[in-house]
Amino acid sequence: MSFLAGDKMTGGYGGADILHGCDISVEKGEIAVIVGPNGAGKSTAMKAMFGMLRLREGRVTLEGRDITALSPQDRVKAGMGFVPQTNNVFTTMTVQENLEMGAYIREDDFSDTMAQVFDLFPVLKEKRRQPAGELSGGQRQQVAVGRALMTKPSVLMLDEPTAGVSPIVMDELFDRIIEVAATGIAILMVEQNARQALNIADRGYVLVQGRNRYTDTGQALLANADVRASFLGG
Amino acid sequence: MTDFLNALVLLANFVLVPGLAYGAQLALGALGVTLVFGILRFANFAHGDLMAFGTMITILVTWWLQSLGVTLGPLPTALLALPVGMAGAVAFSLLADRAVFRFYRVRKAPAIVVVMASVGVMFMLNGIVRFAIGPDDQRFADGARFVIDARGWREMTGLAEALTIRLPVVITVVVAAAVVVWLFWFLQKTRMGKAMRAYSDNEDLALLSGINPERVVMVTWIIAASLATIAGTLYGLDKSFKPFTYFQLLLPIFAAAIVGGIGQPFGAIAGGFVIAFSEIILTYPFKRFLEYLGFSPESLVQLLSTEYKFAVSFVIMVIVLLIRPTGIFRGRVL
Repeated sequence: MSFLAGDKMTGGYGGADILHGCDISVEKGEIAVIVGPNGAGKSTAMKAMFGMLRLREGRVTLEGRDITALSPQDRVKAGMGFVPQTNNVFTTMTVQENLEMGAYIREDDFSDTMAQVFDLFPVLKEKRRQPAGELSGGQRQQVAVGRALMTKPSVLMLDEPTAGVSPIVMDELFDRIIEVAATGIAILMVEQNARQALNIADRGYVLVQGRNRYTDTGQALLANADVRASFLGG
Repeated sequence: MTDFLNALVLLANFVLVPGLAYGAQLALGALGVTLVFGILRFANFAHGDLMAFGTMITILVTWWLQSLGVTLGPLPTALLALPVGMAGAVAFSLLADRAVFRFYRVRKAPAIVVVMASVGVMFMLNGIVRFAIGPDDQRFADGARFVIDARGWREMTGLAEALTIRLPVVITVVVAAAVVVWLFWFLQKTRMGKAMRAYSDNEDLALLSGINPERVVMVTWIIAASLATIAGTLYGLDKSFKPFTYFQLLLPIFAAAIVGGIGQPFGAIAGGFVIAFSEIILTYPFKRFLEYLGFSPESLVQLLSTEYKFAVSFVIMVIVLLIRPTGIFRGRVL
């Protein structure tokens, strides 16, 4: 059984089902990437694993424990971190306050975690007294990831972390994500930039219309002629 | 030279000092409105009558204390009764939230629906206050009246014009300053205060961070109701208590919150003073002031008669919404 696993997930936002028996799983220290065309249910699959929509069928397990019935807040307490695609920072609050809010549920001293986040994203340390709303897109994403890391999660979920940032910033962000995974955190992300994302992925999922189409290592998917032709633009 | 000094003293006495007191009272009221708007996301029309309700309890307790012979010496007894009034207003707000506002919050009702519900709460408070203490003017200030009275000032300076400073004005300014400093410390430095700002900034992300929305809402009501009672009591000490006047205060208070940028605590304070000074300056007759400066105007040189003072708030509010709807300090748009 994988560390975090969504098993035969079926459901949607109340209306018609978006996911149809979708399987996603990720191990500790691994990066799993969900790619696929628009409307394939990539974000929905990830939100389902975070408890943001009710599954009609299937279940989600974390370390073998069934967490299907838990609310997103309870999943955060259980060790999951989630970075939404948009509105993922408190724009009127300083970088440091954003991180403090990330650690809101922690009763213990979290200064060492904040130091680790600052080590990972040195630019945030520099700008820690600036409102997050004044930062560039790439820096905001770093704040968003940093905020989610403040609970010391065992799983980090990222919804299109590189949406709207330049290619250089994207590469840097991916490097940081690899570093985070190296500390033993399981990483699950949804990506629009499929080729670059699969490049760093230990495991890739290609979803089409809410169903698993291809599942393999990132490199294998990149090498797969069908995947290349259909989803990576040749 | 003496004439010039007399002119300045005249302005200080009739514009600066009353403006500072009135501005501080409006600022405290506007802070409550702005906090409720920032967290609960609706304009609370019951705020003026909440002020009246808290002040009423303070007055009743003051009378009771006076009948027991308990006083604060030179300070007004009402300061001793104030915590009870605050507790009463807080209790009512929490009850109203439980019975009315939470119902709409859970259903994620549109803001305008909640605003209308708050109008209902306003009428309820209106009735309770009039039923309990009556619609008439009540005076409850005791203790010393002046810090500097007219005769003392004249003996001290030898000027013809006197700058009288009444004790309620000093209390208003001191209490308001202390409350504002505390509030900013609370919002900027404490865990709960930061959680409130986070919730106001981005509700979804606050929930994701494990911030308990019901707790944030509760603390918001506690602070808003306390501020309303403090503002109402200070206003009553400074002038007098009349339920209808408190209902009317809603307009300048809303104007102050909007001028400062609603949802912005700092803006609410600035807005309070902008509204207060505009009202006073536009309704003050400058005849004597100009005479000291060597002019001899025939009229009173009063831009607006005092009956129109509410028009001032209204016009300022309309102008701000037309020209700079985010307020001076770029807050949320209503």
